[in-house]
Amino acid sequence: MLKDITLGQYFPGDSVFHRADPRAKIILGIVFIVAVFLADSPLSYAFLLLSTVLMIAVSRIPFKTVLRSMRALIFIIIFTSVINIFWTRGEHLIFEWKFIHIYREGLTFAAYMVIRITCLLCGTGVMLSYTTSPIALTDGLEQLLSPLKKIKLPVHEFSMMMTIALRFIPTLIEETDKIMSAQRSRGADLSSGGLIRRAKALIPVLIPLFVSAFRRADDLAVAMECRCYHGGEGRTRMNKLHFGLADLALTLAFAAFTAGIVLLNKVPLNVFN
Amino acid sequence: MAETFIRTEGLCFSYKDDEGRPILHNINIDIKRGEFLCILGRNGSGKSTFAKLLNMILTPDAGKIYVDGVDITDPGLTEEQIMEVRRKVGMVFQNPDNQLVATIVEEDVAFGPENMGVPSDEIRERVDRALETVGMTEYARHSPSRLSGGQKQRIAIAGILAMMPECIIFDESTAMLDPHGRHEVMETIDRLNEMRSLTVIAITHNMDEAILADRIAVMDGGRIVMDGSPAEIFSREEELTAMGLGVPQAAMLANRLRRAGMDLPEGLLDERSAADAIASAINARKRQGT
Ligand SMILES: Nc1ncnc2c1ncn2[C@@H]1O[C@H](COP(=O)(O)OP(=O)(O)OP(=O)(O)O)[C@@H](O)[C@H]1O
Ligand SMILES: [Mg+2]
Repeated sequence: MLKDITLGQYFPGDSVFHRADPRAKIILGIVFIVAVFLADSPLSYAFLLLSTVLMIAVSRIPFKTVLRSMRALIFIIIFTSVINIFWTRGEHLIFEWKFIHIYREGLTFAAYMVIRITCLLCGTGVMLSYTTSPIALTDGLEQLLSPLKKIKLPVHEFSMMMTIALRFIPTLIEETDKIMSAQRSRGADLSSGGLIRRAKALIPVLIPLFVSAFRRADDLAVAMECRCYHGGEGRTRMNKLHFGLADLALTLAFAAFTAGIVLLNKVPLNVFN
Repeated sequence: MAETFIRTEGLCFSYKDDEGRPILHNINIDIKRGEFLCILGRNGSGKSTFAKLLNMILTPDAGKIYVDGVDITDPGLTEEQIMEVRRKVGMVFQNPDNQLVATIVEEDVAFGPENMGVPSDEIRERVDRALETVGMTEYARHSPSRLSGGQKQRIAIAGILAMMPECIIFDESTAMLDPHGRHEVMETIDRLNEMRSLTVIAITHNMDEAILADRIAVMDGGRIVMDGSPAEIFSREEELTAMGLGVPQAAMLANRLRRAGMDLPEGLLDERSAADAIASAINARKRQGT
């Protein structure tokens, strides 16, 4: 059962997003987030929504998959929209009953909020989690942050730790499964009783897991040493990251997108008036 | 074959955190280039410790180790020289899970050359070649966690091969595998030794693997107590049994039949040659009878 957990949400493919350099995607992801917060007219919101839909279509990630990942946040989205609808005061009252006042501004604001959160999640999801493997992401981060090595920040070590953690999560999950079965076969009851009892029942699972994780760490350290590992200094990479055609295309598209948002903000059209 | 690749002189070692209890006593051994040496010995006899001394994971208390003519016990060795020793003497361990670093097979194979600072396109070449040698090319983009034990171990071997070693030490590298996985790995090791004239040091508890070697060294209590060809070693069945070691089944059977008076040649180690020899001995006896 534990084995079914998949790590990250990487969705192998061959779209522009898949082919782009992770560094470009990280930077463009930040540009995208800023652009989302710049939007502040109905037209630019419509443009934002359209662009996000286009992004998902281009990445060829099924819409269903992207929307499913929103499920976890549906509560936050509903909560913020409800707060916006009932608590925003404005000039145009459209509904009133006892203590409930709903203004048009509240509705608009809630709609903006929903679009903003949805686009933010879908957009960054498509850029950084669905089309970028976790390793590419850590590699990209390491390279982007490498100037920080000058001020003695352990950038390489951090990315190595991330890589190893990603590598060992499936192994440790499998091991947890095994230990749980072993303890269950000795009569351990892992799934009944209250919260405290169940937490206590996990101790005989966690202790062997920790012991084995330390032994693995020890083995891995020796194996890495045998393979000439001596920190990030003088290390080369097999897959050199480089700025290619896909990155150029994406950069242009994002420049156009940001310009579009800024320009549409200026268009004095208000559908609600 | 004649050139010495690894040579130890009066090697002694003890773990510092273990009250200085001596683990290895006065080990002298000469390992030739291209040789396939097998090290046998019961648990705790110091085999893994010895192996770790050969590529500078551990440093000896006394004695000398020469790898390809370089004294690796010299405390003045530079970082580059240490890397060079580790490149020449690669090591594959028991648990395949604990020696793979990356989440994608080819990235893992590239780990060694990347550490050595090999240029990118050359790494690519080496990785492709190493994966081909172990027959795992089609799994290049897979995640190691989805592979079988034997496949993972072959990836680990490819990771060492990509460093272009001159010697590979296998520390019980087949111990956690099923017969099929074990066969895959042993076959790879044997092929590397034959084709590439790679020096192979295999530590094992499996006697059927030991018979593939050119030479067997038996360790007991931190000493090398026997050193010779498989045929020589396995004819000394009593001594081996006294050290808690077995003999390949075919050799055991041949030894017993010989003791019971059957006329068998020395050096019967694998089932096929033992069966043939026994059959011809029986036929000869029948012919005498008639
Ligand atoms: N890191 C360590 N610290 C202290 N003592 C150790 C350490 N590793 C091994 N030993 C001790 O050194 C001795 C030799 O161990 P070693 O692992 O070399 O044996 P081995 O022949 O490889 O055994 P096995 O067949 O079980 O792998 C053992 O008595 C062991 O307890
Ligand atoms: Mg050992």
